[in-house]
Amino acid sequence: MQSALNLALDQARQAGATRVHEIRLRIGALSGVVPDALEFAFEALVPGTLAEGAKLAVEHVPARFWCATCAREFQSDDMFAECPDCHSLSGELRAGREMELASLEID
Amino acid sequence: MCKDCGCGLPGENPVGVSAHHHEHAHEHNEGHEHEHGGGHHEGHDHPHPHTHPHAHAHSHDETDHEHEHAVGDEPRRTVEVRQAILEKNDRLAERNRGFFRARGLLVLNFLSSPGSGKTTFIRESVRELGPSLKTAVIVGDLATDNDAQRLRESGAPVVQITTGTVCHLEAEMVGRAVQRLDLAGLNLLIIENVGNLVCPASYDLGEDLRIVLLSVTEGEDKPLKYPPMFQSADVVVISKMDLAQACGYDRDTAMANIRRAAPKARIFETSAKTGQGLDAWREFLLQQQQERKALDPLSL
Repeated sequence: MQSALNLALDQARQAGATRVHEIRLRIGALSGVVPDALEFAFEALVPGTLAEGAKLAVEHVPARFWCATCAREFQSDDMFAECPDCHSLSGELRAGREMELASLEID
Repeated sequence: MCKDCGCGLPGENPVGVSAHHHEHAHEHNEGHEHEHGGGHHEGHDHPHPHTHPHAHAHSHDETDHEHEHAVGDEPRRTVEVRQAILEKNDRLAERNRGFFRARGLLVLNFLSSPGSGKTTFIRESVRELGPSLKTAVIVGDLATDNDAQRLRESGAPVVQITTGTVCHLEAEMVGRAVQRLDLAGLNLLIIENVGNLVCPASYDLGEDLRIVLLSVTEGEDKPLKYPPMFQSADVVVISKMDLAQACGYDRDTAMANIRRAAPKARIFETSAKTGQGLDAWREFLLQQQQERKALDPLSL
């Protein structure tokens, strides 16, 4: 979270912000990030920064895998790589590890 | 501070790298977070959490400010960023990877829960490999160098990274630790990560292969409880097979669960105590190292 906040504050300063109202993150299902822990760390870190009082918004990105048998991409709702059609397991992750600073809402 | 669990709050123990007992190499970085604990890396910015908000309210001439307005009633605007949070770690990991590749070094990152037997398995692996692969070990722990001492029994050079409050290793820590190793003639570098199945999954260290250990005493459903870690594994090593019967280990269920969470991983069933499975593991490493060597432009 410190990395995310530092990145957000740097970007906010570059944009000439006087205040940050919202920090929006994109977090993949397989990123390993625990959303509650993120929120907790965020609250602990923002006091005294430009982002004091800001809202943390999290966009969840579901895991997507490529099924070689069916030659198509599929979305996984439970983090596991089982193709809903042929039920084979895929080793090829296409999306779901994201940990991105998506956008900032600033003054 | 870790983006996952909030470990390593600023102001707590600095990260130390030590090749010797009880010696913390970098004591001049107290108060900094672990992303940049000690040492200077030219060309990299060090984002310190500044607490003094810069007064930018009136400098509307040079950037993309669209509106003119009095201080205090500036409208909100949205800035699109789309940047990876661990971009800095990823960049440093790629630098490590290039450094390792150029030396034809095979690099393994060992991950597991605390107590799965990483240290013992690594020690026995080094013994099993003997002179066929010259190996060094980097080991990370929050505190103590007990593991480093146990690993030294294998005869391999060992560098300890003491992470303080940080629950995982980062590429920068590995980059610094490597500088304390004599790399001449080295074929294999083993990194023993901090025992933790959550946060280390997110941090690339520049390794070739991720090895996730699962001991038979931990329960067959562990891969289902920690999918991100297992999903990232290139190899799953099942350890403590000598205890399988005693703890009622259900092999079929364990294998099915590992397959489900880590479909692409190679699986080795081992016991560091009896030596079970270490032959196959040794052959695998030798073959992998040969492949790395073939990638080394200098060896052509």
